[in-house]
Formats: sequence, C-alpha cells, structure tokens
Amino acid sequence: MSSNTDIVAIPVRHYGRWVGAVVVLGLLGSLLYAFSQGNIDWAVTWEYFDAPTIVQGMWNTLLISVLAQALGIVLGVVAAVMRKSANPVTSGVAWLYIWFFRGTPVLLQLLLWYNLSLVFPTIWIPFAGSVATNTVMTPFLAALLGLGINEGAYMAEIVRAGINSVDEGQTEAAQALGLSPARTMRRVVLPQAMRVIIPPTGNEFINMLKTSSLAYAVQFGELLYSATSIYSANLAVVELLFTVSLWYLVLTSVFSVFQAFLERRFARGSSRNLPGPTVLGRVLSNLRPGRKP
Amino acid sequence: MTQAPGTDVPMVEAKGVRKHFGHLEVLKGIDLTVSNGEVMCLVGPSGSGKSTFLRCINHLERLDGGYLRVRGKLVGFEEKHGKLYEMRERQVAAQRQDIGMVFQRFNLFPHMTAVQNVMEAPVQVRGESRSAARERAIGLLERVGLADKAAVYPAMLSGGQQQRVAIARALAMEPALMLFDEPTSALDPELVGEVLDVMRALAQGGMTMVVVTHEMGFAREVGDSLVFMDGGVVVESGPPREVLANPQHVRTQAFLSKVL
Repeated sequence: MSSNTDIVAIPVRHYGRWVGAVVVLGLLGSLLYAFSQGNIDWAVTWEYFDAPTIVQGMWNTLLISVLAQALGIVLGVVAAVMRKSANPVTSGVAWLYIWFFRGTPVLLQLLLWYNLSLVFPTIWIPFAGSVATNTVMTPFLAALLGLGINEGAYMAEIVRAGINSVDEGQTEAAQALGLSPARTMRRVVLPQAMRVIIPPTGNEFINMLKTSSLAYAVQFGELLYSATSIYSANLAVVELLFTVSLWYLVLTSVFSVFQAFLERRFARGSSRNLPGPTVLGRVLSNLRPGRKP
Repeated sequence: MTQAPGTDVPMVEAKGVRKHFGHLEVLKGIDLTVSNGEVMCLVGPSGSGKSTFLRCINHLERLDGGYLRVRGKLVGFEEKHGKLYEMRERQVAAQRQDIGMVFQRFNLFPHMTAVQNVMEAPVQVRGESRSAARERAIGLLERVGLADKAAVYPAMLSGGQQQRVAIARALAMEPALMLFDEPTSALDPELVGEVLDVMRALAQGGMTMVVVTHEMGFAREVGDSLVFMDGGVVVESGPPREVLANPQHVRTQAFLSKVL
C-alpha cells in the first residue's frame, strides 16, 4: 500500500441500526393500524383541515403567537436590564415581575386578564376617558396580555443569561472609553448577548405556538377554540382534535426548520464544529453504509 | 484644594491609596506622582497590586482610602465644602474620556470591525459625525500600521494586531494619559515587538503613560521612571537604568534576579 493514496477500507457495519430500524417501523406500523381500525372517521379529520373556521383559527394562532412573543421579547429585555441595575428599586421591580408571572400558571393569568372587569368595572384610558372594562378587554387583548406578559418573565431570564455571558472585559473597555452605562449596554453588551439569546428565543416561539392554545379558555378564536366550536356542534371530537394536531405540527415544523437555521447561523465563529445536520438528515446518512454521520 | 490644570500640576498624584477586596488588602497606601509627559513603568510580582493601582487611576476600581488626582481633579469623587461626594456613573464616564486604557486581553468589541472599534467612542461619547470620526480612525489605524485592516473583524486579526487596534481605539478620544495593563502579556513572543514599537513611538510623541509590564527591556529603554511594587506597597522607585542595574531593596533584587 503506497502512502500517498487514499485509504480504502471496509467501513464498520452497523447491523444493530438496521435491526433497530425494523423494530421501530414495525411498532409504528401497528400503531397506525390500530388507529385506522379505531372508532375515528378519518375522512372528517381531512375534510375540516382546510375548513374556513379552522384556517382562520390557524391564522389567529400565528398572529397571537407572533404578537405575544414580540411583547415578551420587549418586556424580557427591559426586565433583564432592570434586574442588572444598581438601583435597588429598579432591580426589585424586575424581580417582583419575574417572581409573580413565572410563579403562577399562564392559564390562570389569562383568566385573570379576561375577568378584569370583575375587579375594575370601568377603567380610565388616556384620551378616551372612562370606559367599561368589558369593551376593552376583548378575548384578543386578554390573550395578548396573558401570553405576552407571562412570556416576558421567561424571556427576562434568557436575556439575563445572555448579558451574563458577555465578558466583563467588554464592559470595562467601554467604560474606560467613557461610554455611559446605558450606551455600554445598548452598543456593546446587548449586541454580543444576542448570540446566546436568539437560539432559545426561537425555542420559546415554537413553545408559544402551542401554549397559545390556552387562549381558547378566554374565547379567543385560535386553532383549538375553532376546533371546539365545530365539534360542539357535530360531536366529531377526536376527529377535529386530530385536524388541529396536524396544523400544529405544520406550524411547529416550519418554524423548527427556521430555528435550526438560526442556531447554525449564531453558532458561527463560536465553535470549530458546526452543529450537525437535522435529525432527518442524520437518519438518512446513518442508514447509508460507509458514510460518517 | 483643587488646583487649576497647568504645567505645574502633575498628571497623576496618588497619596496613601488603599484598596481592599473583602478582607484582602491589595493596596496598602501608595504614594506616586506621574508628571506630564512621563512614562512610568510599574513592575512587580503578580498579586503585588500594580494592576489594581492602574485601575484605580480611571476608577475601574474605587479607592477605599487616600486620594488620587488626575490633572488636579479627584477621580470618582467630588469635594464640596470639605466633604467627599461619590460621583454619578455618568460623571465618572466623563472623567474617563481623558484617560485611555489598554488591556492585557485587548477587549476589542468583537461585533465591530477595526475601524468601527476606533470610531465608537468619538461618535457615541463626543457626538462626532460618522464621517469625521471614520477619517480620524483611519488615520489612527495608519499610525499603528493597520490601515489595511480597517474593515476586518477582531477575530481575523492576530493578537499583536488586535492590541494595536486597541491602542488606536484608546487614542481616538485624544486622552491626556494612557494606561497600559500588561499590554504584551497575552501575546505570542514574536508579536510583542510590534506592540512595543507602537508604544515607544507614542512615548516619543510626548504621551504621558503608566505601563504595568514585565518587559524590562522596554522599561529600561523607554521608561522615565520605574516603580517596583510588592505586597501592595511601593518598594523602590527611580530611573529605570539605576533601579534595574543596582536595586537597593532585597525584594527588588530577588524579583529582578528572576526576570532579568
């Protein structure tokens, strides 16, 4: 064998993987068979997949998730920066916010916002004067406040971890140049914290797509609520739950791809090895012999 | 007590400066004076307090005792009616504009290119226009021999190049005083020279400099004074050639016998 030719060797055979794949496929097949024989009218599940009410619910789910996540990000950054403040009042307020909204269930918070009129029958709004709380606190607003403010408390911890990940030398260098604390945060620390903040934020959003289903409890017309409104009339309960399951899977799959892209993009420069390919890609490359994962 | 800045006012005047971290007393009463245009080298074993003292000069560390004036003005404190008042962060930030600092680990902003690093403080702190700041920044990069690296991010620069950008960044605020905290300690040996060359040129241009360093050759050649610190006190000081050639104190002798 000459030393300047490529090595030609028979790769290690992973017979166990083939056996495992057959077992998994067998189990999956029998599960599918069981459901196909069960008391479910699959035709109904498909029929409602693109029903106007369901599609409208899907858009509402997307809308409330995007808006609540955006609100959460803004509140999270503000709360995280406040927590780092030297002012005990400022950091105390942020602590209290995080403590309360992380410490109580989000479903309960949604119900509290929705029932605010029981506590304050009228509220005063600048330029509009005193109005009945019921007319302001629509299902949409209750869902937005409930989900967004709750999310802010979680985002605050993510942003705080990001801020803490930035080397102290960066702050010192900015201070030594005469940058004020606010500018140091905005120009030097936060941009560098983004690398740590953005990947888990994508994760939070995927979570939000599903958590937003709790807004059905405040009559907000998102996916799950749309399904309940249909099945309460036609009684095809499980069929419609499967319909919206499919929609949730579509939404989360789309954003998971986006999330994987974000993670790879923000890992650049910080690690010698890029994160590996996606699960599907790995399964395919593993099953092909002679390829390293 | 405060004097108007003038030629007779020393650049840095430290009297009885003390600093402790918890129970550990790091500075036990430092008396030092740095004149205008002087290059002072602080040497000593690690843990001797030399970096801490340097960081007291621009109030990155708050003094616990004594006082420290830069150009006649207390750093980090205000004196009113015989009482000391702690300054607000914003006021301290304003004071720091006149004091440039170069760190051991460069601390360039990794999300900004070399020229953006240099422009940052003039634009953000002094409100200079971007175009004027960029022009000056390019000039400063030229001065440290890196005009061709203006658009490059720090990660793509060698340690020596990063440190030269860091020097240009500090110079962009046109400081009256430059502090160097072991500027070559994190560099590969073959990169030390290029940074020392820039510092030498700066000293020849008349910049007042306080340099914490282990480079005895630089101290001998460029320094106007050499201060040997150990255990939080100044053990010995004087013209570098004299101190290095003929150390008086046992501790100085012991230290120099290890590093020379």
